[in-house]
Amino acid sequence: MQVPETFDYERATSVDDALALLAKHGDEARLIAGGHSLLPMMKLRLAVPEVLIDINDIAGLDHIRIEGDEIAIGAMVRHAALKDSALLFEHYQVFRDAESVIADPLVRNRGTIGGSFCQADPAEDLSAVGSALRGSCVITSVEGTRTVPMRDFHQGPYETAVADGEMLTEVRFPIRPGSGSAYEKVERRIGDWAVAAVGAFVQLDGDVVSDVGLGLSAVRAPHYTIPEAEEALRGKPATRENFEVAAQLCHDLCDPTSDQRGPSDYKRHLARELTLRALTRSAARARGEDS
Amino acid sequence: MQVTMTVNGDAVTREIEPRMLLVHFVRDELGLTGTHWGCDTSNCGTCTLWIDGEPVKSCTTLAVMAGGHEVRTVEDLADGANLSPLQQGFMEEHGLQCGFCTPGMMMTAQALLDKQPDPDEATIREAICGNLCRCTGYENIVKAVRWAAEHPAGADSEVSA
Repeated sequence: MQVPETFDYERATSVDDALALLAKHGDEARLIAGGHSLLPMMKLRLAVPEVLIDINDIAGLDHIRIEGDEIAIGAMVRHAALKDSALLFEHYQVFRDAESVIADPLVRNRGTIGGSFCQADPAEDLSAVGSALRGSCVITSVEGTRTVPMRDFHQGPYETAVADGEMLTEVRFPIRPGSGSAYEKVERRIGDWAVAAVGAFVQLDGDVVSDVGLGLSAVRAPHYTIPEAEEALRGKPATRENFEVAAQLCHDLCDPTSDQRGPSDYKRHLARELTLRALTRSAARARGEDS
Repeated sequence: MQVTMTVNGDAVTREIEPRMLLVHFVRDELGLTGTHWGCDTSNCGTCTLWIDGEPVKSCTTLAVMAGGHEVRTVEDLADGANLSPLQQGFMEEHGLQCGFCTPGMMMTAQALLDKQPDPDEATIREAICGNLCRCTGYENIVKAVRWAAEHPAGADSEVSA
């Protein structure tokens, strides 16, 4: 039987309440949302918080809506809602792609986007999507809110920009007209962590890639991305040859380790192949040729 | 600490440790052993029950987190001695062999049928992909769910149809 170490349980009723509880309990307190990353770590005693602050009852953190030229997603939006959102799919097909291969439908009923980002697992899928889309994270504390670019949010494995006394309350993504996006993942079996995975968006101006974003998971790409590959493609025609150049850079510049999910050269191969596929599908979707 | 929740329509209150998992709460505190405790790592899905109408894995949920919410377990599928259409489907189509995965399979499948009364095979397979079965190869489980879809009133509906 896997049993967490003992802890005290508090339930927050609002963001202010959660922040007050964080302030009261200090750095030994952890927020718990869906719990599908934190509880397994607690059961293995890799995480031993003294206080858990349950934020599932906080209202107003479950929105997916347009605000100006951005899509705003509340931190408590669950994976299942991200997968089913027509609004999100209209602007970024990549979410439905990714959510179809994150864990399984039961886990997706509980896990949240905020929890995924804050867990910052180096093989996590949504974090790669967020990095590809160059979104931003809204972090709230008693002093107010601050907005951190997604690529600064993730500071390393299991490390984020969220400091003691703060919580992630929203993630935001710029709307990019004329863009398409996609997520490509290879896993050992349904519901598993990625052997490697790549998310992308491609924004077209005619046949030219006016902007592009790449997010790579599980291949030790810093901040889940390879900016050199994006730079190589930006402003170039959206051709297979140019996509291959970007894909090769992902192969060369990622730094995967060999583990039970595969040897490093295989993961590099996947980084190239999945980048190529994600770019190709993103461009096709930008042209309206692929749903 | 004290926790109160609704389980299968009845309010229950217990004094428990915050670290108690929901699967152990329903099995050991409430004696509802229909919910099975399997892998303990949110992989196998035999501990699936509903919280507020959504199927979730109760080995990865704290009992205290279900406080104030509505829990439904496999014991609630049957109406007294009358099996639900889904339970009948598992009988009719031999949807189980050892039976260990069955409570989770049925709680996941019932949630699917409630949202989508006539799911095709691909939809069923997608819905149950978080529930592992090592006996059936899933074929008969899919047939069992289809049986329930085709007999929404249970075995009697075949006669009246």
